[in-house]
Amino acid sequence: MPLVMDADRMSRALTRISHEILERNRGLDEIALVGIRTRGVPLARRISRSLHEINGDDVPTGALDITLYRDDLMRHPVGPQPLVRRTEIPFSIDDRKILLVDDVLYTGRTIRAALDALIDFGRPLAIQLVVLVDRGHRELPIKADYVGKNLPTSLKQSVQVRLQEIDGTDEVLIEGEA
Amino acid sequence: MTTSAETPTAAVQLKSRHLLGIDGLDADEITLILDTAEAMKEIGGRAIKKVPTLRGRTVVNLFFEPSTRTRTSFEIAEKRLSADTLSVATATSSVTKGESLLDTVRNLEAMSPDMIVMRHASSGAPHLLARTCRSTIINAGDGMHEHPTQALLDAFTIREHKQRLAGLKVAIVGDLMHSRVLRSNIALLNIMGAHVWACAPATLMPSHIDEFGVRATTSVDEAVDGADVVMMLRIQHERMHGHYIPSLREYFTMFGLTPERMRRAAPDAIVMHPGPMNRGVEIDSAVADGPFSVILEQVSNGVAVRMAVLYLLSGRDSVDVLDVH
Repeated sequence: MPLVMDADRMSRALTRISHEILERNRGLDEIALVGIRTRGVPLARRISRSLHEINGDDVPTGALDITLYRDDLMRHPVGPQPLVRRTEIPFSIDDRKILLVDDVLYTGRTIRAALDALIDFGRPLAIQLVVLVDRGHRELPIKADYVGKNLPTSLKQSVQVRLQEIDGTDEVLIEGEA
Repeated sequence: MTTSAETPTAAVQLKSRHLLGIDGLDADEITLILDTAEAMKEIGGRAIKKVPTLRGRTVVNLFFEPSTRTRTSFEIAEKRLSADTLSVATATSSVTKGESLLDTVRNLEAMSPDMIVMRHASSGAPHLLARTCRSTIINAGDGMHEHPTQALLDAFTIREHKQRLAGLKVAIVGDLMHSRVLRSNIALLNIMGAHVWACAPATLMPSHIDEFGVRATTSVDEAVDGADVVMMLRIQHERMHGHYIPSLREYFTMFGLTPERMRRAAPDAIVMHPGPMNRGVEIDSAVADGPFSVILEQVSNGVAVRMAVLYLLSGRDSVDVLDVH
């Protein structure tokens, strides 16, 4: 399995994204981070730490579970339902710029679900999208604002993101034939 | 959806497409329902208390016995998941014209609902439907048999306060003979490893109570002593066709939960009641409204637990009609 990102490169990519966030938003007063479960959550926390190191500001950080908003939920006639986990957004998103964070951007359907979910919590000033890896093959008109790495893939391949907090290691791997 | 490898499905799933009772569930399935309910609870705290999950699904609430709490709770749970829901009040339905249960349900089924939530005075009524219906059947209380979602919401509430069920002493006090809540709770608490004490006057103690795997006693003081949870059950006048207790006042003196009796319980004990309460019969108002009481939390948690059940069962339809478990 070819390694496309190791711990060092991942850390640099997240630091770069943090700088870009500061550059684009002029101050962090009205910003909040929301990570998409599972791996978007630790990524959002890391960006929050990184922003604090650069700027000294504490950016509120939440976790969003999009399971109940999936567009493929009731399409399987028989089978186990996906696991629902807790959404934790302990702040008002009204009039805030929300940075939505996920590990891999692929079809765009997760992000569509996340946008619907977020809107149920209030009316943010804006929503921007942060992803560690953009692997292409969009099925919806969705585009990331901050990308750790653009990774051209074939449909047969799968991209594995592993994070210290969940998997005990930081790496991005690509599986399968090109 | 992000990577082809990542569609987090539960390692555990519900084996049956119906929820007829706690009997038939295992510890992993119960834990899955309780964990899912934790996620559902958060939705009730939002400004917009609704998710699109069951859009386009139809749920019929068919209550052949009076109910405020359970029916409202199911309805709210269904609406929060965006299901189309309707409640059939049998007092104004064809049931009063002599239609049989099976015919009523077959006619409802002809309109293709996905789920039927049913309460019935006869034990086993939902099991009968489950054998013949295409829809998913959820038992909302059948006679003196089971009331699974009540036991699940009780377990959820206990777990919120105690962070566990295993090893706890749970005293269940009241009219045990007529109680489906008792039967479902005993089944669930035994599966999860709690120690259940059953306390009732001898006339209201189910026969063969020992076979339920509980400690039976007629002394409230003994049952409550060191208990982590005290669950009071209602005196069910409507199911009593005989003289079981000398008088309500006498019952309160012997079995009513008073602040004095609660002093024997663990210092951090909780008091539960599935409702509706008879104040001054099985429970003193000072206890019902007191610091140990989690009675209203049970009601709020009921919505989250029923959302979890509806969600988990909705992934499991369109299978063989004869597949009961």
